[in-house]
Amino acid sequence: MRGVAVAGVGLTKVGEPWERSARELFAEAAVAAMKDAGNPAVDALYVANMSGGHLQHQLQFGAMMAEAIGRPGIPAMRVEAGQASGGVAFNEGVKAVASGMCDSVLVGGVEKMSDMLPECVASSQAMAEDQEYVAFTGVTKTGLSAILHRMYTEGFGARPEDVAMFAVRGHDNAVGCAHAQYPFKLSIERVMASPMEADPLHMMECSAVCDGAAAVLLCPAERLRDGVEVAGTAVATDAFSIAQRGDPLTLGAVRRAAERAYAVAKVAPKDMDVLEVMDDTTIDGVLSLEGLGFAKRGEGAAFVAAGGTSKEGEIPTNTFGGLKARGNPLGATGVYQVAEVVLQLRGAAGPSQVKDARIGMAQSMGGVGSTCSVSIMRRA
Amino acid sequence: MSVPRYWREEKPRYRLLGEQCTGCGARYFPRTPVCVCSGTEFKPYKLPETGKVVSWTVIRSPPEGYEKYVPYVVALVELDDGLRLFSQLTDVAAEQVRSGMRVEAVLRKVKEDGSAGIIQYGYKFRPIVE
Amino acid sequence: MRTLNKVGIAGYGAYVPMYRLRAAEVNRMWGTSGEPVEEKSVVGLDEDTVTISVECAKLAVRRAGVDPSEIGAVYVGTESKPYAVKPSGTIVAEAIGATPGVSTADYEFACKAGTEAFQTCIGLVGSGMQRYAMAIGADTAQGKPMDALEYTAACGGAAYLFGPLDDSLAEVEASYSYVTDTPDFWRRPKEIYPRHGNRFTGEPAYFKHIIGAGKGLLDETGYKATDFKYAVFHQPNTKFPINVSKMLGFGMDQIKPGLVAPLVGNTYAGSSPLGLAATLDVAEPGDRIFMVSYGSGAGSDSFVFRVRDLIKGRRAGPKVQAFIDRKQYVDYATYLRHRGQIIQ
Repeated sequence: MRGVAVAGVGLTKVGEPWERSARELFAEAAVAAMKDAGNPAVDALYVANMSGGHLQHQLQFGAMMAEAIGRPGIPAMRVEAGQASGGVAFNEGVKAVASGMCDSVLVGGVEKMSDMLPECVASSQAMAEDQEYVAFTGVTKTGLSAILHRMYTEGFGARPEDVAMFAVRGHDNAVGCAHAQYPFKLSIERVMASPMEADPLHMMECSAVCDGAAAVLLCPAERLRDGVEVAGTAVATDAFSIAQRGDPLTLGAVRRAAERAYAVAKVAPKDMDVLEVMDDTTIDGVLSLEGLGFAKRGEGAAFVAAGGTSKEGEIPTNTFGGLKARGNPLGATGVYQVAEVVLQLRGAAGPSQVKDARIGMAQSMGGVGSTCSVSIMRRA
Repeated sequence: MSVPRYWREEKPRYRLLGEQCTGCGARYFPRTPVCVCSGTEFKPYKLPETGKVVSWTVIRSPPEGYEKYVPYVVALVELDDGLRLFSQLTDVAAEQVRSGMRVEAVLRKVKEDGSAGIIQYGYKFRPIVE
Repeated sequence: MRTLNKVGIAGYGAYVPMYRLRAAEVNRMWGTSGEPVEEKSVVGLDEDTVTISVECAKLAVRRAGVDPSEIGAVYVGTESKPYAVKPSGTIVAEAIGATPGVSTADYEFACKAGTEAFQTCIGLVGSGMQRYAMAIGADTAQGKPMDALEYTAACGGAAYLFGPLDDSLAEVEASYSYVTDTPDFWRRPKEIYPRHGNRFTGEPAYFKHIIGAGKGLLDETGYKATDFKYAVFHQPNTKFPINVSKMLGFGMDQIKPGLVAPLVGNTYAGSSPLGLAATLDVAEPGDRIFMVSYGSGAGSDSFVFRVRDLIKGRRAGPKVQAFIDRKQYVDYATYLRHRGQIIQ
């Protein structure tokens, strides 16, 4: 198995581009990534997309986007793993290059949520859960996170304000970020005063409806002398329903994917310089931090509140705003995360730059930890 | 709204009927085709109809089909045999719900396919009526 | 009417939803006065005649202690069945585990649909065709805004599992039916609300048929009112059952335990079955109970029950009073929402 490097990245600004279709958004990100990589030939295409079948009634994103990027005929497929689609697609692309089967793989993600009404979007997110015994109750993805939030604060005595700080930190980092949906600060007071989305989660603790696309181009590491290499990547799953997990507050899929990625990369949490995690809601972010080994079980919220994840802290996290402030276009998010880590490691993160970032991690998650992908990248 | 999908789950939903692996004894609700022990033989397992609320949320932004019931409570319920499931709570105001609250299963309407489609019934849990 | 083989009630269960609309709130809405009942029961958003029937049926099966696969029939009597075509009975039978070896159907005879089902079940068990047969009377009666019946049209029901005498908490000594074509209250298919003949629903309808079925059964059995510990009558409001009981020679203390209408309203096909359940909740072995239902259209079914020793072990779980005491008042707007009368 040979080493894999990220040769190019492309991102669109996350927002509500009413006039642009999923095809056009994807092409924008893909063209930017290909240009960034010096316009190589593309051997294969992986398109991460979660809800296009429901929101756009569109399947076969693989063939569709191969044509959209001007490469009809190349091998292409859509990858879906709920909100982990982007991270899992990246993992697939890495395997294609590492195996020697492909020399130049484009991994992109796109989601266009603004096409449909909020109830429809909520339904599409609930489709990542067991339809007959979880979604059937009328619970939403946010509702499931809210149920864990209550278990977390009641079980560990954690303060809801500390959990909510995850959103505040993300917004701090989004200031000056060209591609962020909400590039402005958000105070803890505003977060806690915002209406309940699904009690006890406030609306401003949850990522919003948005559209976006991101892409990265992968090539063999030997082709890029001082680029960014993939040090390790892994995917894991957990019991599909939280009701079937022995300890719902430990995200087993996150832990397993992280352990494998650390082992392959031969690094530990303390070696990470920069981290992108899934804060679809604040508690998802906190539990992810704990699963990845950056805080002990039950201590994640306090760690965030004390500044552990800020740019000057122990592990700068969600350095362009994360899912709350940069935005969460579902299937594309995992690719945004990878692209952002790459920008940090290249020293090309602009106002968001973390000093001396050499090793970074991107964690993508479907459901509340039903699927998790963890990828570690390193400056060569 | 799929009639066959609803019909397939009637007995488990109406009667809280799960399955138990005849090999290792692991209990499942809902049923699963292959046990974690790799066994594929199961026998019916009737779940208890009482339990307690482990945690809950209040849904205020519903998915499609549930708009008529907003706001409603969805809880993680732990039954008296230790098995857990998700369920709406009913006959209780959101402000009255507490972790650890004792609840019992009842059959209620979960959603309807408009005024012309079928009515989907399923279990919900309410504070125990003595 | 008597059966060849002796029949009794093996188990019973009743249910009243928790929400209440006070007559005073109806008066506040319309600027009217008068309280034919104090308050009436209102279904929750997720309840209907099927869910009420299932709750009653499960309690009856639990109390009877029978294996549900031995139940040979499940009949639901109602005028508010959720499907115009598709039996409520199949859902109830499936929910209690009586399927597939079971006969089911839905009955309609206004407020006596439930006791119609009683007669059939008594016949099935008494003839030896079935060992156990269940009859349910349940309704989520729809009240027309500003109509007199809006005060009283309520929700609730009760289920009775009939079985062989030796497994019964009360014997069915005899029954009678008295029916004429009397159009006092009706609903055409495309109408939302029933219509009624106002004062015509009194003497030529309610009173004539209850007295007809009541006297008919007393004559047939040779019993007098004083032979009964308790009496239960169809209760569309507080006054009517009190009056008709007097006319048949019964006193207040006989009808009191079974008089649930003042705080529940008229649960239509659930009405006298619910009153019977409330009576069985307090009856002692040896007590004789007289019951007469009434259904518009019109007719009455009457029954003589005699309570047996087995009742002592067959009253686990919530009694009717527990459901009456469990309540939350709603305002008129919330009431409309619960009854599906707000266009959404």
